[in-house]
Amino acid sequence: MVYDVILIGGGVVGAAVARYLSRYRGSFLLLERNEDLCTGTSKANSGIVHAGFDCKPGALKARCNVAGSRMMADLARELDFPYRRNGSLVLCFDPADRPKLEALKAQGERNGVEGLELLTGDQARALEPNLSKACAAALHAPAGAIVCPFGLTYALAENAAGNGVAFRFDTPVTGLTRQGDRWQVETPRGSFETRAVVNAAGVYAAEIHNWVSKETLRITPRRGQYLLLDREAGGHIDHTIFQLPGPLGKGVLVTPTVHGNLLLGPTAEEIDDFEGVDTTAAGLETVARRAAQSVERLPLRSVITAFAGLRAHESGGDFVLGEPEDAPGFFDCAGIESPGLSSAPAIGLWMAERLQARLNLPENPDFNPNRRGILDPRSLPFAERQALIAADPAYGRIICRCEEISEGEIRDAIRRGARSLDGVKRRTRAGMGRCQGGFCAPRVMELLAEAGIDPLTKSGGQSWLLAGPKGEEALHGTP
Amino acid sequence: MEHRDLIVIGGGPAGLAAALAAREAGGEDILILERDRYLGGILNQCIHNGFGLHTFREELTGPEYAGRYLDQVRAAGIPQQTDTMVLSLTPDRTVTAVSPGGLRRWEAGAVILAMGCRERPRGALNIPGFRPAGVYTAGTAQRLVNLEGQLPGRDVVILGSGDIGLIMARRMTLEGAKVHAVAELLPYSGGLRRNIVQCLEDFGIPLLLSHTVVRIEGRARVTAVTLARVDDVRRPIPGTERTYPCDTLLLSCGLLPENELSRGAGVALDPVTGGPVVDQDLETSVPGVFACGNVLHVHDLVDFVSEEAALAGRHAAAYLRQSRPAGRRIAVRPGAGIRYVVPQYLDPAASDGPVTLRFRVSKPVGRCALTAAQNGKALLRKQRPAAAPGEMERLTLDPALLGEGPLTVALEVEA
Repeated sequence: MVYDVILIGGGVVGAAVARYLSRYRGSFLLLERNEDLCTGTSKANSGIVHAGFDCKPGALKARCNVAGSRMMADLARELDFPYRRNGSLVLCFDPADRPKLEALKAQGERNGVEGLELLTGDQARALEPNLSKACAAALHAPAGAIVCPFGLTYALAENAAGNGVAFRFDTPVTGLTRQGDRWQVETPRGSFETRAVVNAAGVYAAEIHNWVSKETLRITPRRGQYLLLDREAGGHIDHTIFQLPGPLGKGVLVTPTVHGNLLLGPTAEEIDDFEGVDTTAAGLETVARRAAQSVERLPLRSVITAFAGLRAHESGGDFVLGEPEDAPGFFDCAGIESPGLSSAPAIGLWMAERLQARLNLPENPDFNPNRRGILDPRSLPFAERQALIAADPAYGRIICRCEEISEGEIRDAIRRGARSLDGVKRRTRAGMGRCQGGFCAPRVMELLAEAGIDPLTKSGGQSWLLAGPKGEEALHGTP
Repeated sequence: MEHRDLIVIGGGPAGLAAALAAREAGGEDILILERDRYLGGILNQCIHNGFGLHTFREELTGPEYAGRYLDQVRAAGIPQQTDTMVLSLTPDRTVTAVSPGGLRRWEAGAVILAMGCRERPRGALNIPGFRPAGVYTAGTAQRLVNLEGQLPGRDVVILGSGDIGLIMARRMTLEGAKVHAVAELLPYSGGLRRNIVQCLEDFGIPLLLSHTVVRIEGRARVTAVTLARVDDVRRPIPGTERTYPCDTLLLSCGLLPENELSRGAGVALDPVTGGPVVDQDLETSVPGVFACGNVLHVHDLVDFVSEEAALAGRHAAAYLRQSRPAGRRIAVRPGAGIRYVVPQYLDPAASDGPVTLRFRVSKPVGRCALTAAQNGKALLRKQRPAAAPGEMERLTLDPALLGEGPLTVALEVEA
């Protein structure tokens, strides 16, 4: 079989391209090296839909960001993922830096960002009572928003799957060769033939690109460390609070998440390790210290977890989108660092249209633009929630106490493809609350085991959770 | 909306003892709500012995201890609903709960908070490194081993010498795992002395005081843990690191009362205990809402949980008969060497007998005296050969002795 398109990488970009590609008729396959979607850069980032004022005008980043940010609200309705337009503020602490805010505003306006306004420190504090007293001025961007990065990725992928895109997991691409007008894609699980390849491999996109093109790319992982605070701290601020950007990025932000937590971070550290998602004492201290500059009385006692993600920073500083001249039929989505999440829908749409034109794909008459997410019983009125539980009592059995996640939601997540504790967590939030899975992990394991998943892992591969039955049970079988 | 005289939130040792005492004090219409599948709470997974020495004058396992109360609750015919999670409690005592049977809402004459506590997770400890599988809280590991029959790992390092960590060091060893060390950040253990002897010393497991985890290695599963000595302000001392190859890190770094429901109801909380501020009847700042057990303050012995809970049950029943007029309020304060005292307030006129003050000292000391004083005058003084934060202390006071002004509980160390 010859595929029309093989997509490499099941992050938000691969999922977005797959979703928009499924508007056309063709055979499409997405290959993901890990056990699940959303396991790389897409799972550990700020969850921000940037307004688009901090990209250089004319850059792909600027165009994709502004376009993606404008698409996001409609997409959230079509695909049912958590999204909230909370607005953002960029703070400056030194009145002498006010011209920098003005320059940022002018740049944003050139990029097409709407509604930007400069505020005095007092005006900003009127909007955000817990904002730092040291804030001298602020740029207010009402178009700034927040999104659940997992929710967005799974929504795009599930919609793509519903419209006919195939997915394979634990399938890393190990080689890529051009044969006539086709590409041969090598993996440990067999080789696949295709007319076109989309490279959405995150931090590995340069390596894959360099297999096929002489115009080489260079991606340096840029680590960002975060602190996540309990929902009891989530109301501390409502806007996403940035500081004036520095050479390595947008600096440390303080933001509510769509689920009501408070998120602080990230650092920006260039590292050599493409899997280096470890946190460091120094990095977390930096996050806490810088975040405390932006807001007063930062409730650091409410930290429930720390994590790190990697930005796929390409040396050219911009997204690399499109077909290198010496590799026809190979399409890059490389160097997708911030504002990659915000840009993903625009990148997906643009790339799908390019592929359609290149491969002459017909419209898919059966394309369904809608997808329903995992039902959240808490969002229902009393009577409707009552009716849901009457129809399926599993929605009345709470497994994750902290986030109030029911067995029904977890079963649904497993039906949709969750195969590990983290897979369930990203889809449902079970284990993401203040006890961090202390109470619910054994019960989620039980539900995974009931679904036939063996061995039980945290995140696939060698991340085994249990060393096996203990002595007596090993002999007589577990009770 | 359905009415219930008394709703007990939580069917662990505190909830069971409170419900029983309320029934014995004349409470008729009582309902126990439990979020887990079984009553008994955390005792169900505590299969070691040592429970009940005070209450029953014998050594029971956790499930046996719970069983004694369950038998009495059943004999008393007190209704209970398991698999039922209370979603919210309002200041006017409306209780909303969900279960596979549906959503329910009750209007309660009185409520007893008995939700227990949770373990402090890794994220709250700021341990840097990767986030591999194999990092479990000690209680989660205990559940996996004792209730699910599964070993969470074979080569283990434990951080924190709280009682569950100590108990799990022994349990994992008995189940065939190798426990390399128990590291404790503080210069002393927060666990019971008997547990240090019976769970570590008897098995040759080293207890490394003033040590912490500075690094977790392993990307998929834990492959090693690096411990380092800490200085007086608990900062790791460079050059003292030692790496232990292992596949599991268990955390026993403190328990946190689960007061999300209480907070929602507007119950005032004590920042030190993490539990509600209560008076001698264990009534919180919200009238008709009482608290007991680990949701009030973390205990080390279940016997004292039962005793405290019975008090809450009796007073809740009394409240249902007749709400008490607001009387005098004497603040109870932790003085020198004392971390906290429960209750935080006393009303001398309302007390129907001696009042028990429960408290913990701030750090371990040798020969000492525990005192309760008002206006600089000692009302009570109790000699102790030693005291430690891991062992809850008690003073019983005759409220008739009380005059005006705050009551201060203090520690006097003898030279």
